[in-house]
Amino acid sequence: MGHVTACPLVLVGTMWDYCGHSLETARLRGARYADVRVMQMRQRDLTTKNGQVGTLGQSESIGLGIRVVANGAWGFASSDQLTREGIASCAAQAVAIAKASALAKKEAVQLAPEGTYVDSWQGPCQKDPFEIPLETQLDLLLATDAAMRKVKGVTLAETDLQFRKIDSWFASSGGSKIHQRRVTSGCGIAATCFKGDAIQKRSYPNSFGGQHILGGYELVESLDLLKHAPRIAEEAVALHDAAQCPEKTGTLILGGSQLGLQIHESIGHPIELDRVLGQEANFAGTSFLTLDKLNHLQYASSIVNVVADARISHGPGLGSFAYDDEGVPAQCIDIIKDGAFRGYLSSRETAHLVGLHRSGGTMRTEGWNRLPMIRMTNVSLLPGTWTPEHLIADTDDGVVMETNRSWSIDDRRYQFQFSTEIAWEIRGGKKVRMLKNPSYSGITTEFWNSCDAICNADHWVLWGTPNCGKGQPMQTMGTGHGAAPARFRNVKIGIAFSNE
Amino acid sequence: MSAKSTERGATGLRKAAAVAQLRSERELRAITDTVLRLAKARGIPETEVHVEEVIDALTRFANNAIHQHVAEHGVVLSIRIALNGRTARVTTNRLDEVACRSALDDCLSLAASQPKDPLLLPMLGKQKYRKVQRFAPATTSVTAGERARAVKRVCEVAERSGQVAAGIFSTGQSQTLLSNSRGLFASYRQTQAEFSVTMQHGSATSWAKANSADARQFDPLALAITASEKAERAQNPIELPPGRYTVILEPAAVLDLVGFLFYDFSATAVCDKRSCLSGRVGKPLFGRNITLTDDVYHAEQLGMPFDGEGLPRQRVLLVDRGIPKNLVYSRRSAKLAHKKPTGHGFALPNEFGEAPMNLVLAGGNSSVPEMIASTDRGLLVTRLWYIREVDPYEKIMTGMTRDGLFLVEKGKVGPAVRNFRFNQSVLEMLRNVELLGSPHRATAEESFEMVVPPMKIGKFQFSEVTKF
Repeated sequence: MGHVTACPLVLVGTMWDYCGHSLETARLRGARYADVRVMQMRQRDLTTKNGQVGTLGQSESIGLGIRVVANGAWGFASSDQLTREGIASCAAQAVAIAKASALAKKEAVQLAPEGTYVDSWQGPCQKDPFEIPLETQLDLLLATDAAMRKVKGVTLAETDLQFRKIDSWFASSGGSKIHQRRVTSGCGIAATCFKGDAIQKRSYPNSFGGQHILGGYELVESLDLLKHAPRIAEEAVALHDAAQCPEKTGTLILGGSQLGLQIHESIGHPIELDRVLGQEANFAGTSFLTLDKLNHLQYASSIVNVVADARISHGPGLGSFAYDDEGVPAQCIDIIKDGAFRGYLSSRETAHLVGLHRSGGTMRTEGWNRLPMIRMTNVSLLPGTWTPEHLIADTDDGVVMETNRSWSIDDRRYQFQFSTEIAWEIRGGKKVRMLKNPSYSGITTEFWNSCDAICNADHWVLWGTPNCGKGQPMQTMGTGHGAAPARFRNVKIGIAFSNE
Repeated sequence: MSAKSTERGATGLRKAAAVAQLRSERELRAITDTVLRLAKARGIPETEVHVEEVIDALTRFANNAIHQHVAEHGVVLSIRIALNGRTARVTTNRLDEVACRSALDDCLSLAASQPKDPLLLPMLGKQKYRKVQRFAPATTSVTAGERARAVKRVCEVAERSGQVAAGIFSTGQSQTLLSNSRGLFASYRQTQAEFSVTMQHGSATSWAKANSADARQFDPLALAITASEKAERAQNPIELPPGRYTVILEPAAVLDLVGFLFYDFSATAVCDKRSCLSGRVGKPLFGRNITLTDDVYHAEQLGMPFDGEGLPRQRVLLVDRGIPKNLVYSRRSAKLAHKKPTGHGFALPNEFGEAPMNLVLAGGNSSVPEMIASTDRGLLVTRLWYIREVDPYEKIMTGMTRDGLFLVEKGKVGPAVRNFRFNQSVLEMLRNVELLGSPHRATAEESFEMVVPPMKIGKFQFSEVTKF
C-alpha cells in the first residue's frame, strides 16, 4: 500500500546508444562540435490545504536534447522520440538550425578547452523519497495542517512536499560520457490569517515552498514541520496586532533565508556572464557588473566573502553537482574576496572573454528539452564570527527581518526592494516588539558595503531556491545560497508601505 | 555507430530539414482510447485522459547576432482516475501500452494512499463546445532559416542606427485532447508566433513585442524600427525625484499590472480568504470607467474553449463599471458556493481551483497621442519589470519601469527619465484612471496575454529611483 512503482529505467547501455547515435548523426551532417543530454526526470508533488489533499501527482519525462556547432553557429533540438529515426531526425534538425543561425552570426563559436571525462556520479540521498510510503508523507502533512488550524484565527493552512529524481547521460563529441543522478527534496508549511482589512502569513522553514536540498527524505525529517506548525500559526495571527514597521534609515539584521535571496538577486544574477555580455538583454536583463569592474570594484565591505561553489563539499545544495551540463567538473570560484569583486559565472563559450582559460562550470539545463545556460550554482556568503544573540545584543537600534514576502530588482541589478513576513524591533540590544509589513530597499553595492557583521558557521544554512527563472524559452532552475544572519547599517527601511 | 546504419534513417533526416507537424487527432485519440480501455479492464470506475503535443522553435539574438536557436517536440500523456471518493493524477511522456499500464498502476497507488474527499464530483459527461479558430497554417510553415533571415534584417536596423539588438522570434503549434470514461471528448489546436526586440543605444534601451496565432499578423522589421526610434530618444535620461505622478501606461504596462488581479477573481481564492476581493464583491471598488470580462471567445484571444475538466468556458463579466460583480467557478467551488460553474477550473487535483485566463479590459475613446496632448506634466511608461505583490489585500505591487520612461510636459513628450521603482495599489490605480484608449491584445513578460487599452492614470506612486 502506498508504494508507487518506480518507472522502469531504460537500460543504461541504451542511453549511451542514444547519445552515440545522435552525436554521429550530427557529425555526418556537418557539426564541428556536439553534445547531447538524455534525461529521465521523475517528480512527486503533494500538498494539503485546510485539511484536504490538494495536489497529489506524479510525473515522469524522458527525452534527448542535442546542441551542435555547425558553420560556426549554435543549433539545438530536442525530442522525446527515442527511436533511431527520431534521434537521427532530432540531431539533423539541430545541425540545420545551426546552419540557419549562421545566417546571422558575428563570430564563430569558440569553446574553451576542457578535459574528457568518463564518469558516473550520484548525489547524496540517505532516504529515497520515492520509496517512502505515501501514507507516511500525507499523514505528516495532514497532521501539520491540523496543528496550524488549531490556532484560532488561522484562515488558511497549507503544506507541501516536492521530490525530484533526475538521471542525465551526457556525451560530447570530445569523448566525454558522464552519468549523474540527482535527487532533490523540498518541503514547507504556511499559515495565513485574514482579519479586518489585512492578510498576514507566516511560513516555515522558508516561504514559497520551504527549504530544498540535494538529498532525500532526511530533509523532511530534520525540519520537524509538526513542531513548528503552532508557532508560525500563532505568529500569523499575532502580526495583525503588531506595530507597522516604521519608515526610516537604520540598522537591519537579516535572517539567513532572506539573506539567501538577497545574495541570489543582488550577487548571483549580476555575476552571470551571459547577462554581462548582453545575451539576456531582451528578457532577464543585463548587469551593472561590466567587464571593467572585475578586480576593480569594491563590491562589499571587507568582511564579505562570497563563492560560487558547485562541489558537493560545499554542502547538499540545489546548485551542487559533479559536472555541469556541458561536461565541465564542478568548481569553487571566488566571487567576492574580502569585499573585492573577483569573478563571474562563466561557460566554455564565454570564459575567454574574461581572460579565463577554462569554463567555471556553471552551464545547467532544466531538462532534456532545454539548452544549457549559465546559471548560479551555490552562490554563498561565507560565515563570519558572530552569534545571533551577540549580534542583537550589540545593536542599539535596529530591525530584524525574516522570511521573504516579496522581492524585486531592476534589470541591471542595482536597485532592489524586499519585504519579509515578519520583523522585530531592537532597542538597547534586545528584541522589544514584533513589527508587521516590513520592507527594505537599496542599491546593491551600497548595501553590501554596509555589512558590518556576519554570524558564524554554526548558524550558516545552505538555502535552496527552487524557482529561479531565466532564458527564452523560460527555464526554472534550483540554486543554492549559504548564509548566516548578518547586519547592515544605514539601510532604507519601510518604504514599500509609504503612502507619500 | 556506423555511417551505414545512420544512412538507413535518411528519410528521417530529410524530414528534419522541414518544419515538424502535429500528429493527426486520430493518432492522439488512439492513445486516449488505449488508456480508457486499459482502465476499464482494470475495473477503474472513472478515468480522464489528457494528451498534449507541443512543437516549438525559438530564434534568440543578442549583440546583433543569433546566439541561441532551439526547437522542441514532445507529447505528454496525463491520466487521472477517480475511485471511492479519491482521485490522483500521473503524467508521463512515454506513450506505449506498457507505460500506460504503469501510469494506471501509479494512479491506483496514489489514490489508495489518501483519505476520501467528500467533495469529489463525478467526471463530466459529453459536452458541446463553441468552435474557435486559432490555428494558422502559415505559422506552421515558418522555417529556422526564415526566422534567421528576419532576425538578420532586424540586426541590420540596429547596426545602421549604431544600436545593439536583442530579442526572440518564435513560432509553434500545439494540440490538446481531453477524453474521459463518461464519454467526454474535447480537442483544440493552436498556433502561436511571437517577436520581441530590445534596442540598446549606448546605455539607453527600448522594447517592442507582438504575439499572435498567425505569424503574418506582425512585422518584426516594423517592431524593430519602433524600438530603435524610441531607444534613440531614450538617451541621456534626466533624474526626477520620486513621488506621485500622472502616468500614461502603454498597453504592455497596463497588462502587467492588471494581470496580477487574475487570481483574485477565483472563487476558491475568495473562499480561502487570500483574494483582495474577499468581502468586496458587489461593492464599488474601482472607477466607473473600469469594466473587466473574461472572454476566451474574443477575437484577439488565444486559448482553449474548455477548462481542465472539459467544461465549456463561459464569458464572465467580472467587473461592471467599477463594481466586482462575478467570480469564476470550477465545478467544486461552484458546488460549495451554490453557484453554477463557469468553465474556468484547472485540471484536477489541485488546490487553486480556477482562474480567468482570458481577461478583456474595456477601453475608452482616447489614444496615447491624445493622452499625451492632455497632460501638463506626467510620465510615459513603455513597460514594467519584476513586479511582485507587497500587500495581497490592498494589492500593492512593486516593480520597476524599464526600456523607455519619458517626461511629458505641456502636452508633449520630452526627455527620457531615469527608471523608477513603484509601490502602487492596483485597486487605487484603477480608481484613478482618467483616460482609456482602444483595447487590443497586449503582450509583455510578467502576465499572460490580455486585451487591454492604454491608460492615463493620476497619482501613480513612484518611491525610489535607480541609477539608469
